[in-house]
Amino acid sequence: MSETNDRIVRPTTSVLTWANRWDHILARWAINRMGHRVEPGLYALGNPTQDSPVFVTANYTLSFDALRSALGGMNAYILVLDTQAINVWCAAGKGTFGTDELAQRIEATGLRDRVSHRVVIAPQLGAPGIAAHEIKKRTSFKVEYGPVRAADLSEYLTRREATPEMRRVRFTLRDRLAVIPVEIVGGLIPLLIGAAVAYLFGGWVSSLAVVAAILAGVVVFPILLPWLPTHDFSAKGFLLGALVALPLVVSSWQGNADAVGWLRAGKAIVPLLIFPPITAFLALNFTGSTTFTSRSGVQREIFTYVPVMAWMFAIGIALMIGLPIIRMIGG
Amino acid sequence: MFNAYQTTTLQFNPTECNGCGMCYTVCPHAVFNRNGRTITVAHAENCMECGACQLNCPTNAITVDSGVGCAAAMMYAAVTGKREPVCG
Ligand code: SF4
Ligand code: SF4
Repeated sequence: MSETNDRIVRPTTSVLTWANRWDHILARWAINRMGHRVEPGLYALGNPTQDSPVFVTANYTLSFDALRSALGGMNAYILVLDTQAINVWCAAGKGTFGTDELAQRIEATGLRDRVSHRVVIAPQLGAPGIAAHEIKKRTSFKVEYGPVRAADLSEYLTRREATPEMRRVRFTLRDRLAVIPVEIVGGLIPLLIGAAVAYLFGGWVSSLAVVAAILAGVVVFPILLPWLPTHDFSAKGFLLGALVALPLVVSSWQGNADAVGWLRAGKAIVPLLIFPPITAFLALNFTGSTTFTSRSGVQREIFTYVPVMAWMFAIGIALMIGLPIIRMIGG
Repeated sequence: MFNAYQTTTLQFNPTECNGCGMCYTVCPHAVFNRNGRTITVAHAENCMECGACQLNCPTNAITVDSGVGCAAAMMYAAVTGKREPVCG
């Protein structure tokens, strides 16, 4: 990009069109993942003057649109960083929503010639990528961190301070529902493979059970997260998976009423060994979509639970295959 | 039992702190408490190790082993022996 191109100020509005909303739906379903991109650079919302505030965001349509639509009726500049169409929070973790990019973008766009003040307002969730004191040193611009949610921006702007409430990340039912489509898309291929394999071994009932165990992990688990007992995601997943497996246990127990005791019990216990680890594994993976699990904590979860998942699953499969063979041989 | 999140790698050294309050401002989980220019760690167990406080502390009074708490990435790294990739 040439220097003159960098200094272009593009006009934008706070109005979301139907095309924007359609784009958001596709983005939430992880369709065309890299296509939800905004051209990085400086944007003018309304008719900004040299006293107008400057807001920083990522070049992901959901981030950019959330910001501009929250600034309805305002005159402001929006500085869009190149995060490769990744949202602010994830890009800050990667470092693309970062100190170097912000400093370089401030210079390249000629922001200091557009505004007389020296303040940029960055989203608080961008803080893991941006060292405010470094930006000050390099560009003389002061970074002020706005609220976590764009919806709180207007209140923030009137007080010029975020309340402790505005500074806290929540992971509400709405937030959790918003990530389910991505979880479903991510779980689709394992679901199809699992269902097909289960069909070959155990017919429709097993196939449906696999689908139920996976859907429990990617749909029911995120919804019920705060209400499932225990703290660890894996433990919550085991419990949920056991609930899903319970009908199978009961039907197997009743269906094999004529079998000898050990065989009847063995068959009944198989679903309890196979399905909870599947749901628990998916639940453990959901830590990556939340906004509160720490890295060292997830690591401890992996060490504690993944071996249990693997053993239960392996023993379950071995019993499923082995029990009929033992019966054939031993009678 | 069943809580892997009781400890954190967050470490705060009050003698280095100048009381600017940046850590208090950027933390999304209200881990720090602020009383004038005195900062304390009030809820270490809420820390998600995002690293915002460390990066924005001008005096290096905070260290935290930051990174995304992404199980898939960590397991992938463990299996392949690669350096831990980031999510997304
Ligand atoms: S690492 Fe993040 S969550 Fe932990 S104390 Fe620092 S800012 Fe807060
Ligand atoms: S950011 Fe650093 S210097 Fe500032 S209050 Fe926090 S610990 Fe102290």
